Amino acid sequence: MSGGGLRARLVVTRPAFTLDVALEVAPGEVVALLGPNGAGKTTALRALAGLVALSPGGEISLDGRALHAVPAERRPVGMVFQDYLLFPHLSALDNVAFGPRCRGASKAEARRAAAALLERVGLAAHAAARPRQLSGGQAQRVALARALAVRPRLLLLDEPLAALDAHTRLEIRSQLRRHLADFDGATVLVTHDPLDAMVLADRLVVVEEGAVVQEGTPGDVARRPRTDYVARLVGLNLYRGAGDGGRVKVGELLFSTIEQVEGQAFVAFPPAAVALYRSRPDGSPRNLWQARIDGVERHGDNVRVHLDGPIGAFADVTPAAVAELDLTPGRTVWASVKATETHAYPA
Amino acid sequence: MDAPLTPAPGRSGAGKSGGRGRAARERGVSGRAPLALLVPAVLGLAFLVLPLAGLLVRAPWPTLLRRLAEPYVLEALRLSLVCATLATAVCLVLGVPLAWLLARVAFPGRRVVRALVTVPLVLPPVVGGVALLLVLGRRGLLGQWLESAFGVTLPFTTAGVVVAEAFVAMPFLVISVEGALRGADRRYEEAAATLGASRWTVFRRVTLPLIAPGVAAGAVLCWARALGEFGATITFAGNFPGTTRTMPLAVYLALETEPEAAIVLSLVLLAVSVAILAGLRDRWVSAS
Repeated sequence: MSGGGLRARLVVTRPAFTLDVALEVAPGEVVALLGPNGAGKTTALRALAGLVALSPGGEISLDGRALHAVPAERRPVGMVFQDYLLFPHLSALDNVAFGPRCRGASKAEARRAAAALLERVGLAAHAAARPRQLSGGQAQRVALARALAVRPRLLLLDEPLAALDAHTRLEIRSQLRRHLADFDGATVLVTHDPLDAMVLADRLVVVEEGAVVQEGTPGDVARRPRTDYVARLVGLNLYRGAGDGGRVKVGELLFSTIEQVEGQAFVAFPPAAVALYRSRPDGSPRNLWQARIDGVERHGDNVRVHLDGPIGAFADVTPAAVAELDLTPGRTVWASVKATETHAYPA
Repeated sequence: MDAPLTPAPGRSGAGKSGGRGRAARERGVSGRAPLALLVPAVLGLAFLVLPLAGLLVRAPWPTLLRRLAEPYVLEALRLSLVCATLATAVCLVLGVPLAWLLARVAFPGRRVVRALVTVPLVLPPVVGGVALLLVLGRRGLLGQWLESAFGVTLPFTTAGVVVAEAFVAMPFLVISVEGALRGADRRYEEAAATLGASRWTVFRRVTLPLIAPGVAAGAVLCWARALGEFGATITFAGNFPGTTRTMPLAVYLALETEPEAAIVLSLVLLAVSVAILAGLRDRWVSAS
């Protein structure tokens, strides 16, 4: 038996979908399941909570205790649902006190514990409010307090910030990060927002089509994406090719890179590193290719140019450059990337 | 050419104004109601309202108060109210769990059970009364045993009235509550389970409060049906003043001997029903 925390192999077989995800979370660690819609993240979370039964081969152990045969109501698990699901007929205080009451605390005891938790999330003044009187951010904090009130050893958060507007989100995100840091059990959160995942989690597990495609620290995943989905999330151009020392062959193109990679390799570079020219630049810059402009869209303060050609790529240029170079869809341009701006790593 | 550079707000703004235009057009076409619908609608309304108006027109207003105060009227009214309320209570105690079973537990033959539950809705009440006699009568399958084991006889007693009314009215409650259960968001029940609530606690502290409007609506329908019950009551419980003669039975009896009294009794029944329904109609319409 190895220490505490969560060790799980989540197997859920459905007619048109199979989830098979291995997960290990140490006590005090926050792991984010990141993935596109329909990847199976929420199913994984529901399986951990006991709301979805595991298929043969699946198992869950928490602090050394097998959980997969334990019904949801007896698992030491707290869950924050995507739209919080606060009981509409109970006050904020009674929502938080609900768990302790179900687990045998007296009414007074449960309310005392609930009041202390509401205080901790800064909502002592709203204890008597009904859920419909709370703002989205307040409801989210009540939901967190309610999940923590059962003193879980595993905390599950399903898209905890998705229902909030952009402004509230920023504030709640940093508060949530603080509360998660205080929590000494294992935490698994599900999100499709890379920013939420990067800010809140110690480790990312990227799930696509029911399987783990990449995992690592947020920095690691952001620097070395391994799938198109992750590359898009972290905003990098990503190609798979064959490494040969300081060069990686991607299709017909040969990329010069700083890192030395042999065999199957990835090359990644940010869209801002791509320079565009109307005509072939003088000299012989490396990593040069001819591309056709497929589309142009605003991207923050810059303009993102979608390039078609031997490789598909994004290039970020200034609005001034768009005007100067007359970058309109259909036009052919030359694109280049400096070797120092690329990043190569084994596939 | 520079279309992709158009900021998104411009597009969504156009979409919004399109929505407004559509709404305006919809208001535009809903001009005059076609006669083919209007005429039958008005006739239907008259058909429903005229008999009630007749009751009011022919009521013996000058003697109304004196007639109302007659002991047999008050006795029948009290009996009706008590029996309808008890029958509703019986339906709540048995019908809410039955509705829960139909809505939440998948078991073989659930469709058949659901159909059986609604049989009293389409069964002529007199037939229901006969059936009750065959089962709960003195010689009935269960009645025999009830009498020998507990000395309880139901037919021709006030308890029999409650049984007859509950039998006829229960489907209204079950259907209403089952609908509310199906409409309720089950994820609240899941949230309660993750907080450690057993299924009974979930039902008591989460499900029931969430479907309270549906239960109330069902109880009102059930009560109204029980209050008006005639056929099953007279067949199973008979027509004894003070013990089983409820308002509808009193109306029927009075019609043969003293039509004016029948009108007065009917008015009382009408007033009680309308008062209850008017008070709760909005609530159950919005709940269902």
